[in-house]
Amino acid sequence: MLSMSTNNLSYNDQGGTDSAVEVGQETTPTSSNAGAGFGLFSADFKKNDDLKEMLESNKESLKLEAMKRIVGLIAKGKNASELFPAVVKNVASKNTELKKLVYVYLVRYAEEQQDLALLSISTFQRALKDPNQLIRASALRVLSSIRVLIIVPIMMLAIKEAASDMSPYVRKTSAHAIQKLYSLDPDQKEHLIEVIEKLLKDKSTLVAGSVVMAFEEVCPDRIDLIHKNYRKLCNLLVDVEEWGQVVIISMLTRYARTQFTSPWKEDSVFDEHSVRAFYESDEEKTRDETEAKAYVMDPDHRLLLRNTKPLLQSRNTAVVMSVAQLYWHLAPKNEVSIVTKSLVRLLRSHREVQYIVLQNIATMSIQRKGMFEPYMKSFYVRSTDATHIKSLKLEILTNLANEANISTILREFQTYVKSQDKQFAAGTIQAIGRCATNISEVTDTCLNGLVLLLSNRDETVVAESVVVIKKLLQTQPTQHSDIIKHMAKLFDNITVPMARASILWLMGEYCERVPKIAPDVLRKMAKSFTSEEDIVKLQTVNLAAKLYLTNSKQTKLLTQYILNLGKYDQNYDIRDRTRFIRQLIVPNDKSGALSKYAHRILLAPKPAPVIQSAYKDRDRYQLGTLSHTINTKASGYLELSDWPAVAPDQSVRNVEVIEPVKEWAPSLGKTGKSKPAKSSDDKFYSDSGEEEEEEEGSGSSSSDDSSSSSEESGSDAESSVEKNSSQSSEESDKSSSQSEKSSSESDTEKKKRKTKKPLQKKTVKPTAKDSDSDENRNVAKEARSSSAEESSSDSESDSDTDADSGTEHKKKTKSKAKPKVEVKSNEEVSLLNLDDFTPAPVTQLKSSVLSPSLLGDLEGLCLSNVSSTIQVSGPAFVPEKSHDLLHRMTGKGLSAQYQFPRQPCLYQPTMVSVQISLTNTSDHPLEQIHIGDRSPTGLNIHCFNTIECLEPEASVTVSMGIDFNDSTQAANFQLCTKEDHFSVSIQPAVGELFLPITMTELDFHKEQGKLLGMNESSATITMAAENMTSQPISRPVATVANLGVVPSGQDNVHRFAGKTASSGAVVLVTVELRELSTALITINTEKSVMGSMLLRDLKQALAQA
Amino acid sequence: MIHSLFLVNSSGDIFLEKHWKSVVSRSVCDYFFEAQERASEPENVPPVIPTPHHYLISVLRHSIYFVAVIQSEVPPLFVIEFLHRVVDTFQDYFGVCTEAAIKDNVVVVYELLEEMLDNGFPLATESNILKELIKPPTILRTVVNTITGSTNVGEQLPTGQLSVVPWRRTGVKYTNNEAYFDVVEEIDAIIDKSGSTITAEIQGVIDACVKLTGMPDLTLSFMNPRLLDDVSFHPCVRFKRWEAERILSFIPPDGNFRLLSYHVSSQNLHPLRSTSLVAIPVYVKHNITFREGSSQGRFELTLGPKQTMGKGVEAVLVSSQLPRGVLNTNLNPTQGTYTFDPVTKLLSWDVGKINPQKLPSLKGSMSLQAGASKPDENPTINIQFKIQQSALSGLKVNRLDMYGEKYKPFKGIKYMTKAGKFQVRT
Repeated sequence: MLSMSTNNLSYNDQGGTDSAVEVGQETTPTSSNAGAGFGLFSADFKKNDDLKEMLESNKESLKLEAMKRIVGLIAKGKNASELFPAVVKNVASKNTELKKLVYVYLVRYAEEQQDLALLSISTFQRALKDPNQLIRASALRVLSSIRVLIIVPIMMLAIKEAASDMSPYVRKTSAHAIQKLYSLDPDQKEHLIEVIEKLLKDKSTLVAGSVVMAFEEVCPDRIDLIHKNYRKLCNLLVDVEEWGQVVIISMLTRYARTQFTSPWKEDSVFDEHSVRAFYESDEEKTRDETEAKAYVMDPDHRLLLRNTKPLLQSRNTAVVMSVAQLYWHLAPKNEVSIVTKSLVRLLRSHREVQYIVLQNIATMSIQRKGMFEPYMKSFYVRSTDATHIKSLKLEILTNLANEANISTILREFQTYVKSQDKQFAAGTIQAIGRCATNISEVTDTCLNGLVLLLSNRDETVVAESVVVIKKLLQTQPTQHSDIIKHMAKLFDNITVPMARASILWLMGEYCERVPKIAPDVLRKMAKSFTSEEDIVKLQTVNLAAKLYLTNSKQTKLLTQYILNLGKYDQNYDIRDRTRFIRQLIVPNDKSGALSKYAHRILLAPKPAPVIQSAYKDRDRYQLGTLSHTINTKASGYLELSDWPAVAPDQSVRNVEVIEPVKEWAPSLGKTGKSKPAKSSDDKFYSDSGEEEEEEEGSGSSSSDDSSSSSEESGSDAESSVEKNSSQSSEESDKSSSQSEKSSSESDTEKKKRKTKKPLQKKTVKPTAKDSDSDENRNVAKEARSSSAEESSSDSESDSDTDADSGTEHKKKTKSKAKPKVEVKSNEEVSLLNLDDFTPAPVTQLKSSVLSPSLLGDLEGLCLSNVSSTIQVSGPAFVPEKSHDLLHRMTGKGLSAQYQFPRQPCLYQPTMVSVQISLTNTSDHPLEQIHIGDRSPTGLNIHCFNTIECLEPEASVTVSMGIDFNDSTQAANFQLCTKEDHFSVSIQPAVGELFLPITMTELDFHKEQGKLLGMNESSATITMAAENMTSQPISRPVATVANLGVVPSGQDNVHRFAGKTASSGAVVLVTVELRELSTALITINTEKSVMGSMLLRDLKQALAQA
Repeated sequence: MIHSLFLVNSSGDIFLEKHWKSVVSRSVCDYFFEAQERASEPENVPPVIPTPHHYLISVLRHSIYFVAVIQSEVPPLFVIEFLHRVVDTFQDYFGVCTEAAIKDNVVVVYELLEEMLDNGFPLATESNILKELIKPPTILRTVVNTITGSTNVGEQLPTGQLSVVPWRRTGVKYTNNEAYFDVVEEIDAIIDKSGSTITAEIQGVIDACVKLTGMPDLTLSFMNPRLLDDVSFHPCVRFKRWEAERILSFIPPDGNFRLLSYHVSSQNLHPLRSTSLVAIPVYVKHNITFREGSSQGRFELTLGPKQTMGKGVEAVLVSSQLPRGVLNTNLNPTQGTYTFDPVTKLLSWDVGKINPQKLPSLKGSMSLQAGASKPDENPTINIQFKIQQSALSGLKVNRLDMYGEKYKPFKGIKYMTKAGKFQVRT
């Protein structure tokens, strides 16, 4: 120890002087005065000296002060490396801030002082085992930031360990560390890929962004690692933090381009198909199948598009841009335009953001005018815009110009031409030129306008006009000798070399059209030749040569004079040109065959220049990338591949290998269990915090694997055959209304989450698959079958998705038995339903036809003890209470009452069914009773069919469905008769918004474990004495809320479970009876609002009963 | 991703540098300085500058350039957005984001930058989380820290980082529970010479200041949510709920935040008539003439309110960049004060409140450079104004409800219309 410190000391001294010199060097260049430089130098030296003392003192505050000053030095870019030994001793300090600052220092200088840096390693190794996750994470962060090659094995070990840490935060850090280690030692690639592979399977939203980043940096070509995680990533995307979203989206864009077929070729495929069908009717059937694939979008492709769309609303401009580019590169042509609005919105953001967004819009607008044309006015230039913004806007306006809007655009350009920013004015003239060439209708107008500009006072404007006119004239020279004459007249006043050169060139090129003027111009040029700019001289020589060939009589002498002047010019280019021209045009004995062709060489018809955008073809780079911005390939740019002609096997994305739980800490396997469900839940964010709480739970990881990757249907089914069936179910889902889709999505997900219990008991029936598509979607049907069979068949569809590896094999073989037929039928279904918005599919129709009788059957059924395998059970109790909807006085004879039958709604699973009995108390028949306007407008009501006529004194009961969206807000709508309409409202009690579910006690505990903290509300009440036995307890509870009874092992604890109708959030109620007739009511639900309302109602009911 | 960050002040000095990977020499900034020299205005420096080995992406805020050094492909917006987030954070911490403030708080700045990026990839950018990791400096805390030796660095991982609501701190407590919402709309418009509107659109934001105890769950509903068809949200807003019901439902971050921003263009106000426009609350009558050969020019400007729904137009400020040929002006305002800077040729007229009975005007003559030709463009006039208690688009908040907590919060909502980029071409 002693020897080491002396060592340090001596090293110190050395380091001190070293750095003193360095500091001195750094300061001297800035100050011209050497003395001042020296003064500074000595002061710095002093300062550093006392820093060392401070660091070695015993006082924490002094050390901290010293470190703060050192950080100040680092920030200024001063060298403070000589303090390394003194600083590194404090690495194990108890003071957090001091420690952090030491870390900052260490990371900055470790590379330079490798040996000394090693002293700190053991501290970090210890900290890696700290119980505090923040300390573990920061230790890993610093350890991996120390760029010392010797510790690579230590880092590797630490990363591997951290990758299976309990805390997602630490795992995130380990993903970052992967990249650091890779840049330090690329040889570790193989090992690192293993870690990445492991982390990719992580289901925490916190980790996803970072690990994809690591993937992009270390092994972007290992697309095979993504397959299994593709669907999970898509589903998690909304909940990932914004920076991660950007990275994931750009990775998925590349992925999708390699895995899916192009959605752009639809038309061509159609043609091809019809032709073939015509000739080869024999093979039609087989063709049909292969061709069909070409224009059915892979559901995974659709999944990606759908899940990224909401992110267009992100406040982060980078996220919006990345979604925009994803749509640009992946979406079918007709869907791309949904990004327009969001992109235009970004234009209000900071100047730098505008710049990038405008660049991308410029590229897009070349290919797709239509996308941005309605927003043309958003690209109008303001005088306060920065120059590069102005020119980009100009570019876009030019791209957008067409026959219809050109007059508006030209009027706008007129204002710009007058701008005080001359660079911008010149740009505008070029833009006018481009408009003129692109739109032939306005060419003449533009030309005239440009000619007017020739008399402008500003040189740059004139010059630019001349150049543009020259280009325009070249495209159609015949009619425009007037303009050429006009330009010749202006020639004397124009001083800008480029413009003069252009005019001269025009003269020469069209000298035959202006036979009188051209020689005169040449005469003037001969006079001023020596004082002209090089470019003008060159064109003068050209003009002379051309005139010599066409009009040698008048210009022979002039030409010779100019050629002589050129011969002795200072510029070798001009001398060279002169020599060449002389040989070419003046025939002499030495000139060979070439001079014969002089006329053809010089006066050959020249193709008109193409005036085109600088942004043409820029989309060879992926939009939104750095490479696109700078228009060259940036290092590390990953090429976007072309669509494959044939889609690679889609089944690779099916998650079939169930990860054994052992490899991960058991807790980790579970972390994401509820996560994927939530991502598509109506919550916009998910609970990453829950993970910690879930950790103690157990269960097979198979179910979470499958549920994570599944989209709303059972698309994670194991075999590709099943894949198809799920596809069809998805199609049918799509066809139902939009809102239903979103909510039912979450619904099934939720179900899936809980299906893990059925799978232990159930055997998979081969028929399961057939019902798959219907069942998944239609809870109503489920309920029917559950009541009819009182068995578990209703959730078979779920069970086979959730089947663990054991049953899976069996099933696979079974499903293989009849795949042929199935594939076909499924594909037909999806073909038919190609359109997203075709009206309700058959299944739904059927169920609603059946509904009245079914409802009758279900009524009065009291399934308080349903088998535990059933998901949504029948109501435990249906209160008879009905509420007044419309009194007969206000209803002019029509009276209406409503009640909640507590049945799962048949129309849409997210709706609450309401039964309305209408009675006609008046003396005349009421006609056409139906539902009219509703508010809020978004309210989703399934109306009853219009009642054509209701006789006096007759009454009728109808049922309708209302999606209350899990809120107790009243649903207001109008009840209309032929003559009148009455505003009515249905205000549900909170208890009516649930659907009862049953589960085992074990599952109840598990669910409860996930819903602690802010999701839990509880209260203690004093119970009425008669409520102290089990049976009466469930009665008041069931009266208040539509919950299912969970069998309980303890006598004094009663449990009830349900889920909210709309979002399917689980609601758990526990009533625990205690001494002295008190009871503890606990409610666990993520819908905390509903939870507290339910609690209030329950308190009331139990206390008063 | 982001390799290093340099902070450059307006005179071209690097006053702070931070490296997240190995150190990049500050000489890389020379390319930036070159571009800076080439640009006529500070704003004209291109945001992306390629150099042989690196790429420089910069933003300019508060006359400080934040220059990020990038080594390989990364979406430029990613970097730009992050840099702006850094500036916002500084502003949040120090009140202002100036060179002096950054230099004074260099340690906090460094700690912040350290937390915000790990290996160049954003780690924690949410203000509420950062504030738990690193406490913002206050005078009181500085004093306490020096006496007790405690630090302003948090020791625990902020719970938000891992929780359902990463943007909200846990354990928030207030004695006065209040939630204020400001609906601020800015109108961007270009008015042409004849007074007709070329383009007009409204950019609105709802800024919130929420100081509520515990975990409140708020819902905000609008009278006319259909106006909002182009919106972006704070991550706290439940998107699905908005899609379904057009209700903003969210657990708010603690303190100030921007709940949403929206865009109302003339098109989506009236979907059928594409030409119909956003109501313009002021009009300008102007007569600015330069005569050929004369060294005098006339300048007349009158402002008046229109379509303001009875609300007064306040804080009116007119500014105009006069042509280079103008030497001086001799103008008479009927109210307010005007200034003309002969060097920058910037005319500004602080009008104050517009009285509809007696319209403010500015009249007089301009003296031009003798012999100089008549400027070919009349100056554009930029106008700023405010209208209190009204949102131009007509957006109205219906109600604010709170769930999840028992107390009754104090709720407030304020409307305001401002001129954004409001230009009149003459």
